Amino acid sequence: MNEIAPKPGIKGIVKKLGDVRETSLLMIIILCAVILTFTNEFFFTTANLQTVLGSISINGILTIGMIVVMITGGLDLSVGSVMCMSMAFAAQAILSGVPPLLACLIGIAASALSGLLIGLVVTKLKLSHFIVTLCFMGIYRGVVYVMTAGKSISLVSTLKDMPKLAFLGSGYIGSYIPFTFVIFALLAVAADLYARRSTRMRKLYYTGSNELAAGHSGIDTDRVKIGACVACSTFAGVAGIIYMSKYSGVSTSAGSGLEMTALSAAVIGGVSMNGGKGTVAGGLLGLLFIVLIQDAMNLFSVQAFWQDLIRYVIVLLAVILDVVQETARKKKNS
Amino acid sequence: MNALELKGISKSFGRNQVLFGVDFALRPGEIHAIMGENGAGKSTLMNIVYGNLKPDGGEIYINGQKTAINHVLDAQNLGICFVHQEIALCQDATVAENIFMSQIGRGGKYNLKTLAAKAKEILDPLSSKPIDPYEIVERLPISSQQVVEIAKAISNNCRILILDEPTSSLSGAEAEALHQMIHRLRENGIGIIYISHRMSDIFEQCDRVSVLRDGHMVATYNVSEVSVQQLVNDMAGREVDMLYPEKAADLHREESNVVLDVRGLEDAAGKFHEINFRLYQGEVLGFAGLLGAGRSEIMKGIVGLRKLKGGEVLFQGKNIVGMRTKDIFDSGLVMLPEDRKKQGLFLDMNIRQNTVATYLSEITKNGIIDRKKERELTQSRIERMNIRCVGSDQIVRSLSGGNQQKVLVAKTLAKKPEIVIMDEPTRGVDVGAKAEIHRLLRDLTHDGVSVILVSSELNEVIGMCDRVELIDGSGTIVKEVLGDEINSDTIMYYISDAYRYEQLNREVSINE
Repeated sequence: MNEIAPKPGIKGIVKKLGDVRETSLLMIIILCAVILTFTNEFFFTTANLQTVLGSISINGILTIGMIVVMITGGLDLSVGSVMCMSMAFAAQAILSGVPPLLACLIGIAASALSGLLIGLVVTKLKLSHFIVTLCFMGIYRGVVYVMTAGKSISLVSTLKDMPKLAFLGSGYIGSYIPFTFVIFALLAVAADLYARRSTRMRKLYYTGSNELAAGHSGIDTDRVKIGACVACSTFAGVAGIIYMSKYSGVSTSAGSGLEMTALSAAVIGGVSMNGGKGTVAGGLLGLLFIVLIQDAMNLFSVQAFWQDLIRYVIVLLAVILDVVQETARKKKNS
Repeated sequence: MNALELKGISKSFGRNQVLFGVDFALRPGEIHAIMGENGAGKSTLMNIVYGNLKPDGGEIYINGQKTAINHVLDAQNLGICFVHQEIALCQDATVAENIFMSQIGRGGKYNLKTLAAKAKEILDPLSSKPIDPYEIVERLPISSQQVVEIAKAISNNCRILILDEPTSSLSGAEAEALHQMIHRLRENGIGIIYISHRMSDIFEQCDRVSVLRDGHMVATYNVSEVSVQQLVNDMAGREVDMLYPEKAADLHREESNVVLDVRGLEDAAGKFHEINFRLYQGEVLGFAGLLGAGRSEIMKGIVGLRKLKGGEVLFQGKNIVGMRTKDIFDSGLVMLPEDRKKQGLFLDMNIRQNTVATYLSEITKNGIIDRKKERELTQSRIERMNIRCVGSDQIVRSLSGGNQQKVLVAKTLAKKPEIVIMDEPTRGVDVGAKAEIHRLLRDLTHDGVSVILVSSELNEVIGMCDRVELIDGSGTIVKEVLGDEINSDTIMYYISDAYRYEQLNREVSINE
C-alpha cells in the first residue's frame, strides 16, 4: 500500500539525484557563482578565489569532524577551542626546541585526548553533547589562556627556519592553489568515501539513527560515540596546526565562533541534528555555500553588522526546509 | 437511529487510495469491533471520524444528522472520544491533571483538589487497583497509564468511544477490568468502536464486528452468528489456514543436545529470580507469563542487556554472563527485540542497511563494506522473508507494520545463528505475515537452530512451542510443560495467581 512505484531509466536517476540534498545545493552554489561572476568584477579573480579556497580549508576540516559527531546524534561546540589548544601545545613545543613534526603531533595528540575526555563524559555519565561540549568549549579555551598567560605566541621568526611547516599553511601548488586547500580536499574526499563505504562509519549511522536498536544489533554504541568525539577533536587539532602555520602563531581567541560555522554548514548541507542522516559531501557543500555568501557580502561591501544576521537567517531557512520536507514525506507514507 | 453512520467514505494519500466508499454504522449502546490486517485502512477511517483527516468523499451522520467533522475539536464537541493504542500522556504531570487537561487550559487557574476528586470518580469504577489521582504519570505502570488514557477520553461527555487495541498492553485481570468498564459504558448508551486483533476480545466482548480489507468494508456480522474462520478469511481475502506448522517429531532431550544451560539467573533489579532451564537443539522453547512477569527481562539478562546479580549461562561450553552483547551475538546467540520501532529498526535507513546491521563483520573487507555481498544478502533475505517492497533501497519507515517486522526478523537472522531468542515476533503483524514468520521460525529448527519464543499470545505459544516455561507474577519459573500439557487451561492456571494462591492455602492449612 505504501509502495512507491519504481522509476527506472535515466528519468529515475535524474529524479533520484533531485531528491538528494547535495545536488540541489550544488545547483544553488553554481547559480550563485555564475550570478557573482557577472555582477561583480572582482569575484572571478585569482586573489578572490584564493581567499575563498583558503577560508574553506581550515573551516572545512573542522566541519568534517562536526559532521562525524552529528551523524552519531551529537554535536561538538568545543571544536574552536580544541583547535586553539592544539596550536598552543604545538607552538609551545616548537619554542622549547621540539622538532616541528613532533610538535605538531603533540598538538594533535592533545586534541585527540580532549575528544576522548568529552566522549567519556558524554557516554559514561549519560549527559547531552550540548551541555558537555559547551562546558569544554570554555574549559579548553581556559587551558589556552593558562598555558599562554593570555598572550599571543608569535612564530614569525621561528617559521623562517622551518620551510616545511611554513609551506603547510601558506604554500601554493602550481603557484595558484593553496596547499591548505589540497590537504583539505584530500581529507574531504577520503572522509566522504570512508563515510559511505566503511563499516566503522556505518556503525556511526546506526547509532545516530536509533541508539537502542544499534545496541540490540550488537554494536557497542558507547565506543562508537567516544570514537566520533575523538575523531572530531582530532580533525580540529589538524585544523589548528594548519591555522598556526598559516598565521605564523597563536592568538588566544583563534577559532572562537568557528564551531557555529561548522554546525551551520552541516545543517545547511542536510546533516540531521537528530543523527543518522547526512553526508560529508553535503555538509561541506553547505560550508561552501556559507563561504560564498560571506564572500559575496564582502565583495558588495555589506556592512559587517549585517553579515551574521543574514548567515543565520539562511541557516534557519535550511532547518525550516528540512522540517517541511520531512513532514511532506511522512504524510505521503502515513 | 444510529449514533454514527458513515456513507461511502473514500480517502487517498497522493495516488495511493486507502479507503474505497466505506459504509459503517454504529448503534448507541453497542460494542462494534473493526478488524482488518495492518494497512487495511482502520486507522485512516478512525482518524476521519475523529477529525484528524478529511475524507475525499462520502458523508458522516451523527444521530441521523449529516455532519462535517473538520477538526478534532468538532469531534470532541460531538462526544466522540478516541483512545489511541500508544500512550500519549504528559509524563511529568499528575493523573488528575492529565485527565482534565483540555479543561485546565481555559481560565489559567485550577484547583488540583477538585480535579483529583473528579478524577477519582471516573477512575474508581475503571480499575480494580485504585489509581491515585495525585500520582505522577511517569511512576505508574503502563497498564495503569492506559486506564488514565481511557479516563481522559471519557471525561468529556462521551457518546462515541473509539478504542484502538486497548488490551494490547494489559494483563488478563486488567483487560477484564477494562471490559467490565466498557460494558458499563455500553449500558449508558455509549456506542463503542473496538479495534482489535484478538479474537477472544471480539467474541467475548463485542456485539457486532465489521471487517475491512484493502480499504473496502467487506462485511458486518453479529458476533453470535460468525465463526473465527469466517473472520480470518474475510480479513485475508483468501483461505489462510490458521494452522501452525507441525511441531518437532523426534526431539532428543539429552545431555549432549543441550545448547544453552541457564542456572540460577538472578536479576540485579529483582525482576526475576532463580531462573533455571535448558534449551535443546532444534526445539522451540516458549516462555509464557502475564504482562510484566519478567519474560523479556530474563532474555535481556541472558544476552547481556541487563544487569545480573548472580547465576550463569552456559553457551558453547562457557559462561557468557558478563560478556558484551556484541560478542554474544557474534558467537551465535541472537535476539529479536520486543519493540521493533524502539529497539529493533533504523526506521529512517533503508532495508539493506537494516538487514546487514548484525552482519557487518561478515561483509567487511579491510574495514570497507563489500557492496555486492551486502546487496546479495539483502536480496536473499527479502525473498526468503517475502518482504513486500519496491527494492532494497526503500526506507523502512515507509513499509507496513508487518513488513517492518519481517525486516527485523531478517536483520536478526542475517547471520546464521545457533540460538535465536524472539521476543513478541508477531506483535501488531497482520495474519498473513504472522503465518510467514511462524513458518520461518519452524524452518529454522529444521536447520538445527534452537529457538526461544517469548509471546503474550497464548495461541501462539500453544501452536508453536515444543516445550514451555511458565512464569508467574513473581518472576520465577513455576512449571515446565510439554506435549499435551501445552494447553490454555494449564498455562493460564500456572501463570495467573491461581496456582500460587492454592499453594499458599495449602501451606496455611498445614501450619494450622
